[in-house]
Amino acid sequence: MRLLTHNMLSSNIKGVSNGFPLRLDVENSVSKEVEFNPDFLRNMFSKIDWKALVDAARSMGYAELPEEAPDSSMLDSDEFLKKFHHALLELHLDEGALICPETGRRFPVNKA
Amino acid sequence: MSSRPELQAPPEIFYNDAESRKYTSSSRIMEIQAKLSERALELLALPDDGVPRLMLDIGCGSGLSGETLSDSGHQWIGLDISQSMLNVALEREVEGDLLLADMGQGLGLRPGVIDGAISISAVQWLCNADKKSHEPRLRLKAFFGSLYRCLARGARAVLQVYPENIAQRELILGFAMRAGFAGGVVVDYPHSSKSRKEYLVLTCGPPSVSTALPSGKNEDGEDWSDEDSEDEENQTVCISERHRPRKKLKLTKKTKGRQWVLNKKEQKRRKGDVVPADSKYTARKRKARF
Repeated sequence: MRLLTHNMLSSNIKGVSNGFPLRLDVENSVSKEVEFNPDFLRNMFSKIDWKALVDAARSMGYAELPEEAPDSSMLDSDEFLKKFHHALLELHLDEGALICPETGRRFPVNKA
Repeated sequence: MSSRPELQAPPEIFYNDAESRKYTSSSRIMEIQAKLSERALELLALPDDGVPRLMLDIGCGSGLSGETLSDSGHQWIGLDISQSMLNVALEREVEGDLLLADMGQGLGLRPGVIDGAISISAVQWLCNADKKSHEPRLRLKAFFGSLYRCLARGARAVLQVYPENIAQRELILGFAMRAGFAGGVVVDYPHSSKSRKEYLVLTCGPPSVSTALPSGKNEDGEDWSDEDSEDEENQTVCISERHRPRKKLKLTKKTKGRQWVLNKKEQKRRKGDVVPADSKYTARKRKARF
């Protein structure tokens, strides 16, 4: 599962008021190369919850994203976009679980 | 048994390993699915600027519809209730991320993030109560409510459905409207029982010019571009020849004939029935006055 999907998911268990972001429990992560498309990244940037993405990338062992949410001027920098692209689309959670932040329920992530 | 899979078993049981494999290896189904997804994508009317969008595929199954999305360059997230179908999708190495989820329990997505949603032949499953806890109305409400929330403002959802009857279509559409969607049903090939397809085209947000419904294919019954068109042309009769077929019919009207009667009598005899003997009068032609 890509971090893009992780960033979109929230827990919808009954009674949970804020099911976002889901915590990541990483057992195994892989990186797959995906075609780089700056237009898509610029389009997605406004929808991404930056803090959740940074935290998720950290727990996957990728710490190159800036902590502070970058402003829109950064979107012209190729270097930043490459990092953003890698974190968003290329890092895959292969085995592990998503954990609901309020109830602690585990949603397993696996291949089969 | 009914030909509708919805009436046979719940989706997660109906689409077991064997059925999923069968579904994905049938070239006919693959072609239909690809056609449906292309049409759904066309109805989504995404702005034509070449920017890939984040799409949602509800009831993605083995990813046949997702492939169409990938081909147009979009990123997508698929969800389905059948583990077997998703296993096939994993084997096929589809590009989107797959979630094992029941759409009737609502979609667990953040509000306002999805640029468009498609669903091919899935939503009618919601009208069935497969478990004691299932209440179709509540499930439809949860589904459309959460779909409305997760779509971005002005985004569209195109759901291709096979409603069982008019009441079911009204039910689905009613819950979509109640969730706040604008839109309606687009029917392609409404005069054909075979290629007739219904799409719910829903727009998120207040009604505006962009929410006007696109028209269905072949709605007025003209310029039929399917392969059936040639056959239909041959079947039409020219006005000048209008009377000829009837006349011909009278002349070539077949009577059963003497041989047929003899065979029939022989058959009865073999069965042991009492049958009058054959004679020169058997199955003779009657006089015209008769």
